[in-house]
Amino acid sequence: MLGKQANGTGLLKHEVSALQAMIEAAMQGDRRSLARTLTALENRSITLDEIKTITGEHQATTEHWQSLAITGAPGVGKSCLLDGLLTQWAGSGLRVALLAVDPSSPRSGGALLGDRVRMTVVDHPTLKNNVYLRSIATRKASGSVPLIVADMTEFLLILGWDRVVIETVGAGQAEVRCAAIADRILVVEGPARGDGVQAEKAGLLELADAVIVNKCDLPGAKRHADELKESYELGSGTPPPVMLTSALHGTGIETASAMLLELVSSGRSERARWRERLLAHHERKILESPQLDDFLEKLAAGYMSLDDVIRSIGANNSE
Amino acid sequence: MGEPLRVVVAKPGLDGHDRGAKVVARALRDAGHEVIYTGLRRSAQQIVDTVRDEDARFLGLSSLSGAHGHLFPKVCELLRTEGLNDVIVFGGGIIPDDDRDALFDCKIRAIFGPGTPTSEILEFIQASNAMDDAGVGQTSEWHWSSEA
Repeated sequence: MLGKQANGTGLLKHEVSALQAMIEAAMQGDRRSLARTLTALENRSITLDEIKTITGEHQATTEHWQSLAITGAPGVGKSCLLDGLLTQWAGSGLRVALLAVDPSSPRSGGALLGDRVRMTVVDHPTLKNNVYLRSIATRKASGSVPLIVADMTEFLLILGWDRVVIETVGAGQAEVRCAAIADRILVVEGPARGDGVQAEKAGLLELADAVIVNKCDLPGAKRHADELKESYELGSGTPPPVMLTSALHGTGIETASAMLLELVSSGRSERARWRERLLAHHERKILESPQLDDFLEKLAAGYMSLDDVIRSIGANNSE
Repeated sequence: MGEPLRVVVAKPGLDGHDRGAKVVARALRDAGHEVIYTGLRRSAQQIVDTVRDEDARFLGLSSLSGAHGHLFPKVCELLRTEGLNDVIVFGGGIIPDDDRDALFDCKIRAIFGPGTPTSEILEFIQASNAMDDAGVGQTSEWHWSSEA
């Protein structure tokens, strides 16, 4: 199924013109066509390259970030915090798209996507025009963000959305794949998340461009923020900002939203980021190879070795 | 099996009883579908915005407050106004038999009362998804006949 129509030849002529009409309507600002194009991307019935033949290339800017990943453990308040941030940003006239990722069940493949429950900005009578929210299931992807989200992000930027925010699945310490797809990473923490040693451990916090300790109305938040700051100061380079908020009470949201908008890359982990991007790129090449099923069968039957498969996929891609 | 179907499960109006909606959402998830739950107390406009932005194939409306006769048709009308004609709408909750024909008339394709086995809802999803004219703005006069 994957990559079946990657070269576009699998599409019938009338399907091509229907897709073209849909993408053109999305460029005119039609929200339904936008939503449908994202579905087509997600289902691999169209590729970003095919879309670009109609829309043209994305004009990247270096003045500020265009995509921000928000990550952190489950239940620290990512969705609620985002609602506050989006309200501020949309209120200042920015058009912001949010791609909210929730896990698919490994057993059934289904998903319950509940990020909308905490979002009030999408119901605001005027601000809702500046906000697009799409819930995304991880499906078969490994990691907290399916890599197709990178394509969805680029498509939204091509359509003229000012910023794209990606909310990852509630992630653990080692989950750094979001570094592969976003310009900046915001890590959200909660109060009393273990002792000072937790802050010293490697992983996600090393890649953060900013950290927010949410639920600062609860005891332990201030101390946790101090421990994080202390830990960052021991390292090399400029420490990322560590901020306190309470999304529930609206404390610190205004300051945080202004600061995040101008957030510069911490630049502390460029190599680690490129490592993630490289791994993600490689994984995608494998998963989207049209011969994947064939390779898996041959692997199982012993006709090919893992190295043979890697070589074949590499050779096909360089054609 | 193909790509998962996207289903919005919504609670219109001021009704706070969401056990039924959650049971249905869970059953759809366990059958391999992607369910977007709106949370409580949504207006017709909010529900239609969600269906549009999430590109849902199905919309399930749940009401236990007695306001279904007002709210469900309002949502259906708004879906048609916004051009979301191919979205398939079904309903559930406390809906007296006498009220159901009026809802079927506004192209709600199924009403599921208390005690409906979730397997029946899944059968409805499959049957209506296979049709190409069961949307809220489409021509079919068909509706699901539920036992419960």
